[in-house]
Amino acid sequence: MSTRLHTTFAGIDFKNPVVTASGTFGFGREYERFYPLEKLGGLCTKGLTLNPHTGNGGIRLWETPAGLMNSIGLENPGIDAFLRDEWPHLSALDTVTVVNVGGHSEADYLKAVEKLNPYPVALIELNISCPNVAAGGMALGVDPDLAHDITQKVTAISEHPVMVKLTPNAGDVAAVAQACEAGGAAALSLINTVSAMAVDVKRKRIVFDRTYAGLSGPAVKPIALRMTHQVIHAVDIPVMALGGIMTWEDALEFIMIGAACVQVGTAGLVDPMAALKIIDGLEAYCERENLDHIDDVRGIL
Amino acid sequence: MALIKQNKQIAKNIFLMDVSYDGKIFPGQFFMLRAWDVDPLLPRPISVHDYHDGAVSFLYQVVGKGTRILSELEAGDDVSLVGPLGNGFPDVPGDIVLVGGGIGTAPLYYLLRGHKAKYPDSHVRVYLGFSDESYGDERFSELADDVIVDIGGFITDKVEVKARDTVLACGPDVMLRALSQVVPKENPLYLSLEARMACGLGVCLGCNIETPEGNRKVCKDGPVFRREELGL
Repeated sequence: MSTRLHTTFAGIDFKNPVVTASGTFGFGREYERFYPLEKLGGLCTKGLTLNPHTGNGGIRLWETPAGLMNSIGLENPGIDAFLRDEWPHLSALDTVTVVNVGGHSEADYLKAVEKLNPYPVALIELNISCPNVAAGGMALGVDPDLAHDITQKVTAISEHPVMVKLTPNAGDVAAVAQACEAGGAAALSLINTVSAMAVDVKRKRIVFDRTYAGLSGPAVKPIALRMTHQVIHAVDIPVMALGGIMTWEDALEFIMIGAACVQVGTAGLVDPMAALKIIDGLEAYCERENLDHIDDVRGIL
Repeated sequence: MALIKQNKQIAKNIFLMDVSYDGKIFPGQFFMLRAWDVDPLLPRPISVHDYHDGAVSFLYQVVGKGTRILSELEAGDDVSLVGPLGNGFPDVPGDIVLVGGGIGTAPLYYLLRGHKAKYPDSHVRVYLGFSDESYGDERFSELADDVIVDIGGFITDKVEVKARDTVLACGPDVMLRALSQVVPKENPLYLSLEARMACGLGVCLGCNIETPEGNRKVCKDGPVFRREELGL
């Protein structure tokens, strides 16, 4: 593998711009039977909260044409269990571990982020965009003032750079992006899932216990691309783009409009090898097009 | 990608597919199958019906778009396989009772064949329940000591368990719950669950179930659980 894909993002070295998305990769272990995690530019952990959470009841998954709706609800073992059981393994890997932090209240976010301070975490991904929890989550991410406030509080106490994960469900995503930048975010990632709904006509029921759920997959890619474009033009901090990226060509679309890195999420559920295929595809593309570096096509559109 | 050796209909909406595969597979494990682009998006979890060196067999029911596409594939076509996944049934020496409902009978055949090969002197009684048409029962009859088939009723009404028996079952939730009422608490009972899945690997948490000991992943912690784990 050449260094043509090497990417510096928020001051952090990524061997390539492909990162697996939070909530679709566990803590990495399940994918080690398919390929060495060190092939990845980085991986985002499952969203962690201060305390363990059991997540949502009822149906959690619903397939749509070219899409997947989920309502997991931030089920996770809590930040302490993560640091005890998963961090030693992840931190020993030669790839960037991005620790995704969610919360149900401001205090939860701050305490969770504080617990990470003593550890050499490269980057925190601050989830203010989960559509599947009652408090915290997306409520903060749809309002620029609230987004600014939580970002500022978190970056004030965090020893690590913070990348804020944005929701596509904000009325004005560029305004939220600017608010996060002003609040001290080192980077942004977008999009989290699109708020959506499903009805089971056979059972005459709304599918999800929480009524609305989050849509991901190829169905949302054009929306993700448009929002990434808007955000890149609104801020100066780097953007890690995601939303329906299934192939290296999809990844390249986001890179051509200026995304510094991309995340692969639902694709990895569909095909465990997806992230690796995207890395190999980008490498082969550079080779074929005689590019010295992927930067030669980054932001050309 | 794996090569399909055979794919044929054996009953209404029921198909048997043989696919090239080499590796170790435990009874009760499953694969994620896929032979399409992005619609449907997800692969389909299908349990292993049988396995010989070089070929894995899937007995599956057409229930939606994905399984319909699978049913239309022919020998010589490719299908994507990810697996084997899940824990599978335990290796239980001695007498066993197998209880299957509908397409849940599929994984019991590989379990039966392995068990009889390893413990030829054990007694194996098989209960197979179907809603309107039986299939595959003749293959069970070649190996098992007794095969009891029910069509249109409740197979669990027929199940009799002796003191030495370990019971292993796969079928709809309602059948497994009824079975847990029929099987005395003294008998070990293993239940293989069905669930809506996305990854099949244990990362998306979409198939999680609540248990008395906390959430469990059907795909990775199961699909086979001891009754005690499920509080049944």
